[in-house]
Amino acid sequence: MLNQYVPVFVMTLAACGTAVAMIVLTSLIGPKKEFDDKMEPFECGVSPVADPKARFSVRFYIIAMLFILFDIEAVFLFPWAVVFRELGMFGFVEMMVFLGVLGVGLVYVWKKGALEWE
Amino acid sequence: MGGMLWLIVLLPLMGAAVNGFFGKNLPKPAVYAVALGSTGLSFALAVLAFMELVAMPADARVVNNVIYDWITAGDLNVAVNFLLDPLSGLWMLVVTGVGFLIHVYSVGYMSHDRTFWKFFSYLNLFMFSMLMLVLGGNFLLMFIGWEGVGLCSYLLIGYDYHRTAAAVAGKKAFVMNRIGDFGFILAIMLIFVVFGTLDYHGVFSQAHEKLVAGGTVVTAITLLLFLGATGKSAQIPLYTWLPDAMEGPTPVSALIHAATMVTAGVYMLCRTSILFNMAPFTMTVVAVIGCATAVFAATIGLFQKDIKRVLAYSTVSQLGYMFMACGVGAYVAAAFHVMTHAFFKACLFLGSGSVIHSMGGEQNMEKMGALKKHMPQTYWTFLISTLAIAGIFPFAGFFSKDEILAETFGSGHTALWVIATVAAGVTAFYMFRAVFLTFHGKSRVDHEVEHHLHESPYVMTLPLIILAFLATVGGFLGIPIIEGANVLHNFLGPVFAQGAEHAAEHGGGHSLELELGLMGLSLGVAITGIALAYYFFLKNPAAAERMQKSYQGIHTLVFNKYYIDELYDWLFTRPIVRASREILHKIVDVQIIDGLVNGVASFFMGLSSVARRLQSGLIRDYALTMAVAFVLLAGFYLWGGR
Amino acid sequence: MVLPIVDFGAVAPELALTVFACLLLFAGVFLKENGRAVNPWLALAGVLVASAYAACPAEPHVSFSGMYAADRFTQFFKLMFLLGTGLTILISAKYSDDERINHGEYYALLLFATVGMMIMAAGSDMIVIFLGLELLSISLYALAGYTRMRAESNEAALKYFLLGGFAAGFLLYGMALIYGSTGHTGLFGIAKAVSHGSPNYTLLTIGSILLLVGLGFKVAAVPFHQWTPDVYQGSPVPVTAFMSAGPKAAVLAVMIRVFEQSVAFMNVDWTAWITVLAVMTMTVGNIAALVQTDAKRMLAFSSISHAGYAMVGLAAANKGGISAVLLYMLVYTFMNIGAFGILALVARKGEQRTRMADFTGFAYTNPGLAVVMTILVFSLAGIPPMAGFIAKFYIFMSAVEAGQYFLVFAAVVNSAIGIYYYLRFTVYMYMKDPAEQLPPLKASVGLLLALVISLYGVLRLGVAPGPYLEMAAKALLSF
Repeated sequence: MLNQYVPVFVMTLAACGTAVAMIVLTSLIGPKKEFDDKMEPFECGVSPVADPKARFSVRFYIIAMLFILFDIEAVFLFPWAVVFRELGMFGFVEMMVFLGVLGVGLVYVWKKGALEWE
Repeated sequence: MGGMLWLIVLLPLMGAAVNGFFGKNLPKPAVYAVALGSTGLSFALAVLAFMELVAMPADARVVNNVIYDWITAGDLNVAVNFLLDPLSGLWMLVVTGVGFLIHVYSVGYMSHDRTFWKFFSYLNLFMFSMLMLVLGGNFLLMFIGWEGVGLCSYLLIGYDYHRTAAAVAGKKAFVMNRIGDFGFILAIMLIFVVFGTLDYHGVFSQAHEKLVAGGTVVTAITLLLFLGATGKSAQIPLYTWLPDAMEGPTPVSALIHAATMVTAGVYMLCRTSILFNMAPFTMTVVAVIGCATAVFAATIGLFQKDIKRVLAYSTVSQLGYMFMACGVGAYVAAAFHVMTHAFFKACLFLGSGSVIHSMGGEQNMEKMGALKKHMPQTYWTFLISTLAIAGIFPFAGFFSKDEILAETFGSGHTALWVIATVAAGVTAFYMFRAVFLTFHGKSRVDHEVEHHLHESPYVMTLPLIILAFLATVGGFLGIPIIEGANVLHNFLGPVFAQGAEHAAEHGGGHSLELELGLMGLSLGVAITGIALAYYFFLKNPAAAERMQKSYQGIHTLVFNKYYIDELYDWLFTRPIVRASREILHKIVDVQIIDGLVNGVASFFMGLSSVARRLQSGLIRDYALTMAVAFVLLAGFYLWGGR
Repeated sequence: MVLPIVDFGAVAPELALTVFACLLLFAGVFLKENGRAVNPWLALAGVLVASAYAACPAEPHVSFSGMYAADRFTQFFKLMFLLGTGLTILISAKYSDDERINHGEYYALLLFATVGMMIMAAGSDMIVIFLGLELLSISLYALAGYTRMRAESNEAALKYFLLGGFAAGFLLYGMALIYGSTGHTGLFGIAKAVSHGSPNYTLLTIGSILLLVGLGFKVAAVPFHQWTPDVYQGSPVPVTAFMSAGPKAAVLAVMIRVFEQSVAFMNVDWTAWITVLAVMTMTVGNIAALVQTDAKRMLAFSSISHAGYAMVGLAAANKGGISAVLLYMLVYTFMNIGAFGILALVARKGEQRTRMADFTGFAYTNPGLAVVMTILVFSLAGIPPMAGFIAKFYIFMSAVEAGQYFLVFAAVVNSAIGIYYYLRFTVYMYMKDPAEQLPPLKASVGLLLALVISLYGVLRLGVAPGPYLEMAAKALLSF
């Protein structure tokens, strides 16, 4: 059974191997001329203006969390759609219940103002 | 009538509930009516039930009244059942009878109290618990009553909580009792393991099948039971709470700490006499501890100044006699002494209460004297009871104490007998010292107080008179020598007949001459004690002081109760308090650190710093503890467990 | 394709609670300030509906492909959780008004936590159990920090969350190892694999120990208890009451199922582990409680020691022991939530007064409540004839029957120590006069109702525990 995966395995190995080989080779062969400007973090060619460890607004996190939540909802919908006919009525009702629960969450979040930026 | 048993028990509880919940809003007479009515009715029913019991044939005097199944689960089956037999019947009468009289007395004594309704509620609750203890038909019910009386005792000792001493004494009593209870509950569990039941009948009927006489198991059970008894009945080493318990109101001292609750231990020993008879080692322990307590407490009583404390130590001492009697197998004598003691000691306490009431709260005997003319009724009843406790013929104490001494002598414990006889002399001495200091001689009463001296009201003296009467005639229930005249023995005998060797042979055991000789001797000792007291405290008070001076060391030692309290404090209380504070409290008192000087202390300090660091409030430390604990658990399995 | 049969009967109480929790969420966002009074009653209605479903006797069976048990054991626990939640809601009603946290979300979280507990008690598959545990835990993290204006509350939530996550790691790792060695996540499957197959015992044992650590954390067994005092002290009082009863019972239910049903067949003396934990838990909880001056913290330590007593029954590992644990948690639910209810009242607004000394003179200002508190506290101390005594006695008896004499000895000594600090409540209430004049305390309807229920439970189970004992014993029949 595992034989089927051999090509995938080879492919993965080849991809990783190439990437690693590139990096190792450049660092081995390439010339090293280090100076201050070069060692700075690359920021589109402009000199850095702020500490990269800046704090983000908590809103980003909330949006991110909500995104993941509904993203997963979408992920669940794909396999469901594939076998929709086989599941029949039962599958439909189940998914509606699932969507309903998430819908409650959405309404709550919306009403609570979590989707507003200001 | 047997069906009424639950009512006898429940009436006081109902009284307690009514007064406890509504007493605050009830008029005074209504509170009295509820308290006295419930206990009086309970007493009346008890008398009826008792008469019915007496009317039954002598060997079938058992009424077992199952109310309902309390705990039924698997092997464990405990019913709520009440058992009336001669033994519990006797106690029931004493509890309800004396209890009722003390309720009557309290009406006068507590008349000025702000929260008298609460007092009566507690008192009724106590009666309920005590009846539960006595009438309960299995060990668990007895334990419930046992805990209940402890609780009530705690509440009542600390009744006057405004005084720190009272609150502290209440707590001390409760904690000391808990140590005893711990023995009791372990004994109960052991009994269940062995017998598979907790019912008296079930246990006692199987005792000889399931236990080996003199074996380890029965010895363990009885020793644990006895540990429980030492707590409740104030025996060495757990006796120190009783004198402190005198902080409670005097009726409480009379009811709980003299007549009823403290005899619960004796009741327990009598009830389980079958088991005790099978454990000779325990019997010896009981007899020795009883005797030691008797003499030890009597000597402490010698120099106490507080009238109630004198009585308290005499109670401890008399309880010692009862235990000694149990220890030599003379259960009937023990029960007899419980009864007579209830009469005269309750009378003494109530008498002292009457005095204290009249003196406006003064309890120091050195500030009394010559009260005889002010309160004659109190004086005479007090005197009669003192004669009874001193063991003067024909008062009640003479018969019961003599029976104990005779039984002890007869069973071959000569050493115990000698000590106990001496203690009887000491008892006579210090009890008459109390009488002389309080009622005779020159008045040392403050002038302020002198004007207010008065005889107590009728409601207080009547119980005194009744109790004094009982203390006079109560002894005739157990007349020795004459065959068949020992009513009490014939009545109680069957209860102990089962498997008891000692009790059965009483009556014909020793010769008439011997018995008369012993009586004469103990009477002589008692009279000597009284005469000495007369010489030292009335005739020639200076001699007493000279004696005191020349034996200063002994006097200080005894006066300070042999420093037992201090010893316990030093040995147990302080280390525990200190250790727990040290180990677990975050803030270390500088003084305590200074106080820790020896190795043990530094060990605790080390532990404490570790423990403090563990409960640091820091998440990483908590997580580390968990991880370490896991590693230990797993390591134990991998390398140590298998 | 085989479709799963949805067994609504098995999950009806959970569904009901979920629906009501969603309603409460809506109430939280749609109701105006003055409509909020309805929140506790709506939550209570949910509890009642769920109780009605839970009380319906169902033929014991296992549904959802053997992952979810609908037996009497589950039923007992579900009803117990609902009782605890109901009492918590009742004592929360006034509190949440005072603290301005009367949000629908607060009650919704309580209900979600209850659903989590139910799933734990019913789960007969480790994955389901874990799901329930997480649902419970996450709700509790949020509840612990609910009074977010108080720094202690925030601290409690954060500590609980971080350590809870840490413990969940242990738990999952343990489950993974057990799965690895037996090839099953279902408890029946594990049991079969253990008794018939030849699993890797080292892996299985390490896995069980990890599982024990994870569960020990949740039940606050020493040495995994250290979060408890901090979290219990910081959380809002009703939440502390809630946390100390239901969730612990839920974890004990899981322990019973896992250890009695699956690991029991293992060739390892697992009762020894529980015995060690039980002794440490009782002792440390009790001794630490001795020196506390804060009533809430003291009750936290006391709740640690109570979990220890319950574990004694678990260590006894016989029928009597298990049903004793069930009874113990039921009794504990009654008495502890009642006691916390009174504490919430005494603490007043903002929880400024949670010290023992704040009970000073309570018997004079509120004599009735003082009597109730006395009874509850005596029950906690195990003084007959209160229910606490019966529960303890029953536990000790089972340990005696199992021959665990050392354990019984330790338990009895501990219950003797316990009396000391419980007694301090009565000392403060009855034996000291109030030091300062404060406005009188008045119990709300909800609190009174909760206290009546607690009192009934404590006295009923103490004086005539018959039917409840039978229930607890019958709960094991389906095992």
